[in-house]
Amino acid sequence: MIEAVGLTKRYGAKTAVDQLSFQVRPGHVTGFLGPNGSGKSTTMRMILGLDRPTSGSVTINGLPFRQLPNAQRHVGALLDAKAVHGGRRARRHLLSLAQLSGIPEKRVDEVLAVVGLQDVSRQRTKGFSLGMGQRLGIAAALLGDPQVLLFDEPVNGLDPEGILWVRTLMRRLAAEGRTVFVSSHLMSEMALTADHLIVIGRGRLLADMGTQEFIAHNSAGFARVRAADNDHAGRDALGEALTKAGGRVLQEPEGTLRVTGLDLPRISDLAHEAGVRLWELSPHRASLEEAYMRMTQADVEYTSTEDPRAELWEPEPLTVPAWEDGLQAPEVPRGAFFAPPPPGAGGQPFLMPSNPGELAGTDRTTTEDTREETR
Amino acid sequence: MSSFPAVLRSEWTKIRTVASTTWTLVAALVVTVGVSAGLCAVFNATFNDMPKEQQVTFDPTLASFAGMTLGQLAMIVFGVLVVGTEYSSGMIRTSLAAVPRRASFLAGKLIVATGLALVVGLVTSFLSFFLGQAILGDRSIGIDEPNVLRAVVGAGLYMAMIALFSMGVATILRSSMLSLGILMPFFFLVSTILGAVSATRKVAQYFPDQAGSKIMQVVPGAMDSGEAPYGPWGGFGIMALWVLASVLGGYLVLKKRDA
Repeated sequence: MIEAVGLTKRYGAKTAVDQLSFQVRPGHVTGFLGPNGSGKSTTMRMILGLDRPTSGSVTINGLPFRQLPNAQRHVGALLDAKAVHGGRRARRHLLSLAQLSGIPEKRVDEVLAVVGLQDVSRQRTKGFSLGMGQRLGIAAALLGDPQVLLFDEPVNGLDPEGILWVRTLMRRLAAEGRTVFVSSHLMSEMALTADHLIVIGRGRLLADMGTQEFIAHNSAGFARVRAADNDHAGRDALGEALTKAGGRVLQEPEGTLRVTGLDLPRISDLAHEAGVRLWELSPHRASLEEAYMRMTQADVEYTSTEDPRAELWEPEPLTVPAWEDGLQAPEVPRGAFFAPPPPGAGGQPFLMPSNPGELAGTDRTTTEDTREETR
Repeated sequence: MSSFPAVLRSEWTKIRTVASTTWTLVAALVVTVGVSAGLCAVFNATFNDMPKEQQVTFDPTLASFAGMTLGQLAMIVFGVLVVGTEYSSGMIRTSLAAVPRRASFLAGKLIVATGLALVVGLVTSFLSFFLGQAILGDRSIGIDEPNVLRAVVGAGLYMAMIALFSMGVATILRSSMLSLGILMPFFFLVSTILGAVSATRKVAQYFPDQAGSKIMQVVPGAMDSGEAPYGPWGGFGIMALWVLASVLGGYLVLKKRDA
């Protein structure tokens, strides 16, 4: 159990972590989400006693980290995959850590096998890829067979198999009754791994709730409205009517409208009044990623001015934006008459699809995209 | 708490599993012994050309440690790297996450590294002494003469202290490059130059290397070194104070600052 109370860290005038209070309970994978620079790593370092909080405190099983007896046996942490001496061989790096807590040498070989590095255990770590570094860091965290595990961005640089492995490992560790605290900015990954989410932005707590609950609370809740394809004038008329009625309308490439601010019956009434035939009128609930973006958009420290996705979250009044990028397509399957359930936290299938093959394909595309970015 | 022997064992594993340890310590030994031997040969060949007072105060023991000025630089690099690589690699965070108690961590590291430096220092000083005496021939001195053994053991201690001082400085500065950039010029140039000029010698004689190196001297005032207001052990004591200050400073920085 990790417990933070009023945790605050200031660097000069800048407040990196601001009055953060939360609990991380055993038996769950708790995801720690936040945009870059939101204070995730600083919080992790304070939990591990590496940085001193300006005020407030954080304890592990009731004790501040620096006072834990034989810390490695209680807490295992992966902070930075690159935090190893590049000239030291992998096995000896782990051995030096194991010896600190009187962990037998046998355990070093065990964890090397667990993370799949047994074949490169005698290589110097400077030749390691980021993925191998992550595996080595995870091995170090597992050395003491600890009850509390912290992982800072553990899937960075891992291949698909590695990501699946980390996911399974986290869930297994939590199932064994351990406290697992994982920070990440990969939403799709968190949706699959974490049962509980702690979301921060600019150092402040934004949410502390179950993954499903989080999605439900923060779902964008827009309606997809598709006028008859052969009725362009009707579509424009509908758009105007919806805007006049106070809705905010965005157009998708194929002409489907995304409407927020109006409920479905009202949209239907408006369409009827305008004499427009509808081919689709469906509610849409956001994925974790969307919910997260919606929640943190005001708290993003580093924003690019030309983020194409940003438009999604700040719908403009009726315009016909030139949406040529295919990025939208995977999120809104074409011609599907259903309300997509939230992406399966708890390892459930992603969607209830009318066309499963297509959806599975798009899901994979998304993961691959994000992985490319992190490389 | 991680037991202290466990920390020592871990630090021993760390120190023996990086290449820089071997290279710096071998360099310290080879440079000191080699340069000392070379200078002994020069002294021996040019003894009759030396000024009268230098001939009278010729100190064969000190002469056989003449290469230490250069050899100590390798010791400084050793000391700096032992601590500095923890910071440059980020290993310090992994280490401190495993040993949250800063005092245990620092003490373990310094004891292991200083112990190793002391062993290498003693091997260096004895090798350097016997090789130097062999080269000096007629002008040599035996190890059983008064104060000679003290000087030879002292030379080994001196090397260990220089390494420990460097570790303390590196812990304060938390950077290998910065530490080397300050220590190397200081010991190689500043201290030597200030010690050679009579006007500044009064200050320079209290520098760690100048004070500490008195322990290697058997004949007072040998090799233009001038009279010092302290004896060999007094000088070593002054050096020890410097070392204490740097280690204490390092501990406070490690304790107070975020890793």
